[in-house]
Parts: sequence; C-alpha cells; structure tokens
Amino acid sequence: MSTSAITPVPFGRRIKRFMADRPLVPLIILLVILVVILQILRPGIVNERWIANTIKFAIPLAILAGCQTMTMLTGGIDLSVGTVATMSAFIMATQIVSQDPAIAFLLAMMPAVLIGLVNGIGVGVFRVHPLIMTLGTSLIGTGCLQVYQRTVIASGAKIPGFLAWLGTGVTSGFPNALLLFVPLAALIVFTLARTGFGRLLYAVGDNERATRLSGVQYWQVITALYVTSSLLAGITGLLYIGLIKAPSLSLAEPLVLPSVAAAVIGGTSIFGGRGGYTGTIIGALILTVLTTLLTILQMPEGARRILFGLIVLFVTAAYLRIVEER
Amino acid sequence: MTTSPLLDATGVAKNYGAVAALRNASLSVLPGEVHALMGANGAGKSTLVKILTGAISANAGRILIRGEARDIRSPAAARRAGLLPVYQEPSLIPDLDVLSNLRLTGTPVEPFRAWVRELGIADLDLRDTARDIPLAVLRVLDLARALAVEPDVLLLDEMTAALPANLAEKVLEVVRRQGDAGRAVIFISHRFVEISALCDRATVLRDGETVGVVDIVPGVEEKIVELMLGTRIVKTHVAARSAAEKAAPAPARPRLAVHNLRVGTKLNDVSFDLRDGEVAGVVALEGQGQDELFAALAGSIRPSGGTIDVDGSPVKFSHPIDAIRAGIAYVPGDRSEALAMQRSVRENIALPFSAALRNWGPINMRKERATVLSAIERLQIDTRAQGEVQRLSGGNQQKVTIARWIAADARTILCFDPTRGIDVGTKQEIYKLLRELAGHGKSVLFYTSELEEVQRVCDRVIVIFGGRLVDIFPVEEADEPALMRAAYGLPRGAKADIGILAAPTASDAPSSDALGTKP
Repeated sequence: MSTSAITPVPFGRRIKRFMADRPLVPLIILLVILVVILQILRPGIVNERWIANTIKFAIPLAILAGCQTMTMLTGGIDLSVGTVATMSAFIMATQIVSQDPAIAFLLAMMPAVLIGLVNGIGVGVFRVHPLIMTLGTSLIGTGCLQVYQRTVIASGAKIPGFLAWLGTGVTSGFPNALLLFVPLAALIVFTLARTGFGRLLYAVGDNERATRLSGVQYWQVITALYVTSSLLAGITGLLYIGLIKAPSLSLAEPLVLPSVAAAVIGGTSIFGGRGGYTGTIIGALILTVLTTLLTILQMPEGARRILFGLIVLFVTAAYLRIVEER
Repeated sequence: MTTSPLLDATGVAKNYGAVAALRNASLSVLPGEVHALMGANGAGKSTLVKILTGAISANAGRILIRGEARDIRSPAAARRAGLLPVYQEPSLIPDLDVLSNLRLTGTPVEPFRAWVRELGIADLDLRDTARDIPLAVLRVLDLARALAVEPDVLLLDEMTAALPANLAEKVLEVVRRQGDAGRAVIFISHRFVEISALCDRATVLRDGETVGVVDIVPGVEEKIVELMLGTRIVKTHVAARSAAEKAAPAPARPRLAVHNLRVGTKLNDVSFDLRDGEVAGVVALEGQGQDELFAALAGSIRPSGGTIDVDGSPVKFSHPIDAIRAGIAYVPGDRSEALAMQRSVRENIALPFSAALRNWGPINMRKERATVLSAIERLQIDTRAQGEVQRLSGGNQQKVTIARWIAADARTILCFDPTRGIDVGTKQEIYKLLRELAGHGKSVLFYTSELEEVQRVCDRVIVIFGGRLVDIFPVEEADEPALMRAAYGLPRGAKADIGILAAPTASDAPSSDALGTKP
C-alpha cells in the first residue's frame, strides 16, 4: 500500500522514540508525578523545607548509587559500600574524641582504601565475581568494626560539628550537603563522559575481550574503579553520620540495596556497558520521595515494604520497556 | 553398483537467512566402505555433517538409511538410525568419570573396554574423571564409545588431528576394519596421506554442492584439488599493481622476524619474516595453527618456544599492550571480539588511546574527533548509525576494527580473515586499503580463508598445515591450485605421478588392502 508510506508515525510510537532518545525525560516525569501524588494526599506538604529535607536524604543515597553506577558499568556491583560508609563514619565519630580532625579523617578513610583495594584485586586479578567479592569484604569489614568497637567503647563518640553542619545544615533554603554533592556529581559525570578512565568503564563492561585486544589492562581499570567506589562510600559515611547523628554498627547498611535500585531505576544496566550518573541521581530522588510517600500513607511497616518492592520492580520494568526500543 | 547404499543423502540444502550453506549436497555411502568427505573451507562439510547427525535440520533433501527414508531431527534420532559421529572436540563431560559418561549415553561397558584396549590404551581406569585424562586419550575414548554401540555408519571428523603417531595408527587400523565388517565410515580429514591409506571413495563438496565422487586411486589428489576449486583452476595472473601500490624497497632488517615459533601442540617450528611495506598472506585450512600464530604475535597468548624479533630486537609479549607498544595491532576475524557493540563508532575507534594508565585523564575531544574523523574518511565508514556500533552493517563494523589501528597509526597490522561474511564492495575496499597501507611502508600479515584474495592483496604467501610451515610462495607462483595443494600439505611442484598417492611409504600395504575391499 502506497498510503502506508506517508502515514505519520503513530503518536504513541513517537512518544516512545522521543523517550528512548532522552532516557531522562520519563524519569523526571515519574518524579514529578510522585511529588504531585504526595501533594494531593497531603496538601501543603510540598514546601521549601520539605524539598530541602528530601534532597538532604537523597544525597547519601545518590553518592552510594554512584558507586553502583560505576561498578555496574563494568558488569560488577559493590555491596561493600554500606559497610565502608559505616566504618568511616564510626571511626570518625570515635577518633575525633581524641585526635586532630585531619588525622581522624585519614584514619576514617583508611578502611575505605583498604577494602577498595582488596575488592579491586579480587575482582580484577583473581576474577572473583564482584557480588561475592564485595559481599565477602563487607562481612569482614563489619566483623573488624565490631572488634574495633570494643576497644573504643570507653572513649565514647561525638559528631564533629563540621559534619553536622554539612549533613543537616540548610543555608538560605539550600542544604549544605549540596556543597559536597554538586562538585562530586559533576566530577563523576565528567569522568564517565570525558575521560579515558570513564570510556574504559563502559568499554570493559561492554566487551572485555575487545578492550584487552586494544591494550587495556583489565586489572588496572577494575582496581582503580573499586578503590574509587570505596572512597566515595567512605565520604558518604562521613556525610551520613552528620545527617543521622547516631553512630551505630549498621548505620549505612540499609542504603545498600536502595543504592543498587536507584542505579537500575536510573537506567544503568546491571550487565554493564550502559547507563550514566544523571539518571542515577534522579533514581535516588525517586526512591527518597517514594519512601516519604509510603511513610505518610500510615500503613503497617510490612505493607509499606511490600509496596516499595513492587513499585521498584514495576518502575524498572516499565522504564526498560520505554527506553530499550528495538 | 549392485550393493544398495547404507546411507544415501540427496539434494540436501540448508539456508541461514539469505546465505545458502548447502545447496545441493549428496552423499552416498556403501556398506563396507570408508568414504572421505572433502571440500575447501566453507564448502559445507560441517553443515552436511551436522545435518546427518541431527544437530541441525535441513531445509530440503532426502536422507535414506538402508533404503528407508528417515527423519533425523535430533542427535538421538540419528543415533537410533545407526549414525554416530565422533567430533573434533572431545564430547565426554569433563566433571564426570568415564563410567558415568558411558551411562549417560547408555553405552555398554564391556564392548567399550574391549575397544579401548584394541585402540592401544591398556590401562584405563573407568573411575577417572574425564577432566584428568589427556586430550589424545579422550579422543580415543570418544571413538571407543561410538564403536561400542556398533553403529552402521560412523562419522569421524578430523579424528586423527590431535593424536600422536602411535595412537593415530591404531585408530586408522580400527577404522579400516570397520569397513571390513560391512559397516561404513565417513571420514573427514585434511590429510591426503590418511585418505589415500584408508578410504575407498571420496565425495567432494564445493560451495554447498556435491561436485564429484571419485575413487581413491594413485594420482587422484590432483583431481580432488581440481574439483574443490572448480572452474577457478585456470592459473590466474597477478594483476599489475600501480607504482603507488608497489611494495616499498625492502630494508635490510625485517620488521618482524619469527623463528621456530611453537605454541603448545598447535603450532610447531614456524619461521618467517615480515618486511615493512609488504602484505604477507597466510593460507591454511581451518584449525592448522593460524589462530595460535596470530594470537602469539598479538600478545594474546604466550608462545611455548621460539623467538619473535621486532625491528631486530627480541620481544616477549605477555599482554596485547606489549604488542601494541611495539606497533603491532591485531584485527580479529570475529568482529564481536573486537568491538564494544553498544558504544559509538567514535569511542570504538578511540579505544586504544585510553588504554594506557597515563591516558586515563580528560580526553582532548577536539583532537580525538579530528583523528577519528580522518580514519572514518579514509575507510569510508558509513556513519549514519554511528551511535551504536551494533547497528552498523558487518562490513562497516569490520572497517571500524581496522580504522581503530589506522587512527592509532600501528606499523604492523595482523588481519585475521577480515573479509569473512562481508559484501563484495567492502571486500574490494579492504583489499585496496591493505595495499595502500603497504604502500605507506606499513606491514600487514593477512590470513585469509578465500584463496582468490591472495592474488589480489599479498606480496608473499605463507602456507601452514598441521601447525607447521609448508612453504612460502612469491605471489607470482601462488595460484589457487598451488595454494590449495600446499594448504593440504602437498609439496610444491609435485606432479600427479610423483605425488604422495603414487608413492606411499609406510601406508602402502594398508592402502592396497583398503582398495582390495572394494566391491
């Protein structure tokens, strides 16, 4: 039929193609929809303070989700981020009592570097699966932290004023945490798009053999990646302790799986080679808003979790449907 | 012929999409016969074998077994019909012991034991895990397992390829006796010596068609080569190359010198030079060690012996980066091995730039763009779908893999069958490009599975057979018959009457035996 050639592309298909080309658009739409639902359920809740609060809680999640984004680009995952964040937060809070802040900071970042290095060498050199490797180091880290806790139990803990300011403070409507997050996010986005290292993360995740034939040494990339991921997790821990203000042995643990979910919702493929950090940031915001939404519904905790899981699954499936047009 | 054939396949065809792997193949095997199946690379041998053994199903054709039409839809159906293959790769499950492997296929144990002893392995423990058994023995066990169920037609694919001489001899002897017992064997081999010693007749395939069935008699190898090549037997002449395409004058020191290179059991004692400004062809049948040769030169695997010199100084590659630093780039035959399929053309071409640790920093986008664009232009890559390499056509993908190394300005390019499965136009462009590279003083090592390409592209041809160097031809003498003969390990210049078949040495007696069993 000759008429079919000139028939315009159906509207639905056009929308789909538009969204496939700009994967951020459907995410932003979803975020707005969630906020609108919230406003309808609780008129007046969405105000300046609420926004600042949401952003404050989304930032630690977004940084950890950045760790997942980068590792997932290579086809990996980093489940040790929760432990690393907890360790650096806990060490910071206990060491600041007796040490100079700079020294306390260095001590706090030490486990991050160490765990990142072990993860990187395990995955990159010995080819242990990242899931197992990072789960293993995470358990070891938690164990070490428990031992450490006994040695400092007498000295007590305090939250450094600066971290409290950074974690909870709001200056003329903007959370102070943005001072840390905006440059950090810009750096991650830039690294992924415009540096040799970023290119290699995508390429390694897409086709490791091809990168090898191009002269890329896998272990170097992977080691650098997991160390970076761990350092980011360590920094998140410091930020998070300033926000939560109660050091515990499982401080950041509840963020681990949401950080994976945020990266996946943000469009990063768990099989590697596809994704980016901007999507992940919005994914983190979506999850944070979703949490608030489910909290105000005044459901029992169990039902809330079930709903949360279902929504995450549904959103991810729907998003992949929209974006992967072929 | 009075006897009715045991297996009679006619008009077998198989299409993969638009590509016809088999068009009109036929194969008729008589009882008591050892029948060779021959053909150049890509002639359709393996497709026919897969159809006969039920691994894939044919689009057309008729297969009669003992005069009865049988529908062989699965390997199990082929087994029931009395057709049993022994493939090139060992088929025992590595993590099970031999006994469990036998149970898996319902093979009777006692006959199996007897065959194993017969085949020259006296001390086999059936409790051994297959993984711990050496490769050569595994091949023999495969054969014994097949023999134990007494198949009517035994199909042997390159059975002797991985065997040491003593085992190979036993195997050949047993195969021959299969014929005497009124059963039939289809024997696939690249070795004329074995075929002459063992087989009664040969079916020759070319371009998916059966082009001839010949009796194995002294001097027949000339005929077989002729059949495999078809009308292309006429000696082609080297097309005169323009001055610009002519190889640059050879310097005193070769760019790449390979001495007695050895890789495991696959490659043995290979020595040759590659000069600046030259395209050296490598011709070999499938699996003769060319993959290992290229991998060793590219730094993907470590050779187990011999030396590689680059510009006169010895090198040891332990990672492709070492080869790349020495200016040697490898373009694999399988494009999916070389490309990050979800990434853009630009990123794929620029991939080697970021490889080294010191280049992990910010990318100079403008400079990269210029370099990439000039490589794209040079190769005329169609970049309409450049967002993701997987959306490009095969030919354009292949160009990207080459463009990468032109952008990186590699001095030596190892091209492994770069024209496999791409359209004719792109093929021509790649030939031209390789000649141009040589014209600019680069050196190219070019493996091709299509003999006609040799005349178009190469200055010299290195022929490898069974992991050893057979001969190095100047291109003027490298017409297709000569190459084909060399690729089958036959010496250069040997005429039919002084060929291997006419003057068999150790295999003389069995050979006449085999001929004597003919109906």
